Formats: sequence, structure tokens, C-alpha cells
Amino acid sequence: METPITHDATAARAHDHALRIYAVSLLGPATVAGGLIWAILQPYRVTLLHPRGQGLWWLVFEPPLFVVLIGALFTVFVARPVLADLEQADAATR
Amino acid sequence: MQPRAEMIHWAFGAMILFVGLCLLCEALVGQEVWRMRRWRAYLWPTLAFSLGVLLWPVMAFFTNSAIHMYAHGSWAEVLMLAGGAELALVRGRLTSPLWRLTWPLAFVTAGTAFLVHEQNPWFFARSAFLHHLLGWTFVAAAIFPLALVWRPRSSVLRGGFAVMVVAVAVMLLCDRDVAPIFGHLSALAGAPHR
Repeated sequence: METPITHDATAARAHDHALRIYAVSLLGPATVAGGLIWAILQPYRVTLLHPRGQGLWWLVFEPPLFVVLIGALFTVFVARPVLADLEQADAATR
Repeated sequence: MQPRAEMIHWAFGAMILFVGLCLLCEALVGQEVWRMRRWRAYLWPTLAFSLGVLLWPVMAFFTNSAIHMYAHGSWAEVLMLAGGAELALVRGRLTSPLWRLTWPLAFVTAGTAFLVHEQNPWFFARSAFLHHLLGWTFVAAAIFPLALVWRPRSSVLRGGFAVMVVAVAVMLLCDRDVAPIFGHLSALAGAPHR
């Protein structure tokens, strides 16, 4: 028999779990989006768009692309495994 | 041929952004889930320690005065100390949570070094503004790692710590060698580029 209190606690936990998954899933894409928006707002910061006459360092160091890269690396190598572990931990507590 | 100082700030900003995202993720999912894979427990402490190591060549090759050298050297020391202590705590070589006091020490030292080594006023140029802002941010943000020593499981404190690290990364990514700040640029700062 399921009491209302147990039901509420389970629902609250499920809601909290969904929120955490949503937040972790958003971290990387939000960072990538931030970098892309920055590149659109300040295209002169992305020297790959106009590489002629640029020195080596100006072609290597492109802050908006750094942000995009960090967001992508974080999504692939950190966020995805964390989401899998979060699912696993939740399944174990059910 | 060396890259400009602003480029080094961007590179460090990018690495610190990654550390901040890891901290934010850890704050969201909790330490138990974060440490389910052993390598992940070592991830951001290793990056913090590595950033400290990388600050030594910055100190050697990119400082043009004694005060800049002391500032970058002190950042290198405190980051290596805090990152190393965190690694040892994760590994179990250190057990006292008081070793986490190395983080507020690192923040206060970093903030003081930023404030002391910036000789120009806030609106001299963007770099001067960001140095002052970074300095005060570090000093104020030291409250988060300090409180975490006594309340290590507080997700609010962990989140605050992570957001502060991300904010520091954003400020570093916004840095320019010579650029105006809110329309202000001292004539003594030189000609802005790009």
C-alpha cells in the first residue's frame, strides 16, 4: 500500500532528479551557444574568418572558439558520463 | 616570437572555464555521483595544479616588472598548493579537512596580488578595470571555499564556488592589452588594436 506521504516524497525526488539531469545536460550546450553568440557579435575576434595577413598566434588564440571548444569537450567527456552515472545512481536507489 | 599577454589570459580563461564547468556539474549532481568514476574525482584538482605549474613559465617569460613577477609567482604557488592538497585529499593521503583552507588562502592571495600589481585606476583601460574586478571578486569569493571547509556538502556553497570560478574565466576571456572600458581609455595606455 502506498501512503500519500511516500508518494509525495517519490514525486519530489523524481522532480529533483529530472531538474538535475536537465541542468547538467544544458551546461555544455549553453557554453557552446555562448561562444557562438560571442563569435557572431564580435566576428573580428575570430581570425579564421579573415586569415590573410594574420600572424600565427592570432590564428591560434581565438577566444570565442576556445569557449565553443571547452563547451564541446565538457559535453562529450564530462557531462555524458555524469548523466549515465546519475541514471545508474537513481536506478539503484529506486 | 611570443604571443601577446592577452592571449595567455584567454588560454588560462578557457582552462579555468573548464574547471568551473566541472565544479558546477559536481555541485549539481553531488559528490557521490561525481566520484562514481575514479578519474573524475581527480579531474579538476589536477587541472588546478597544472594551471599552477603553467603559471611559472608565464612568470618567467611574460612579466615586465618585479611586482608582476611576484604576483604571477604567488598565483603559481597558491594554485599548486591548493590543487595539490585537493589531490591528496581525494587520494586519501591527507585526511584533515582543514587542508581545504588552502583554497580560501589561494583566493585571497590571488585577489590581493591582482589588486596590488595593478598600478592604474579602474578606468585607465579594460585590462586595469578587469584586474581590479578580478581582485575584488577573488577576495569576496573566498567566503565560499572558506565556508566549504566546515560545510563541505552544501550544494549552495559548492554552486557559489563554481559560479565564481566561471566568472573569473569570463573576465579573463574579456581581457585585452589595450582596449577601452565603457568608453574610457587613457591616452597613456597607448593605441588600441583590433
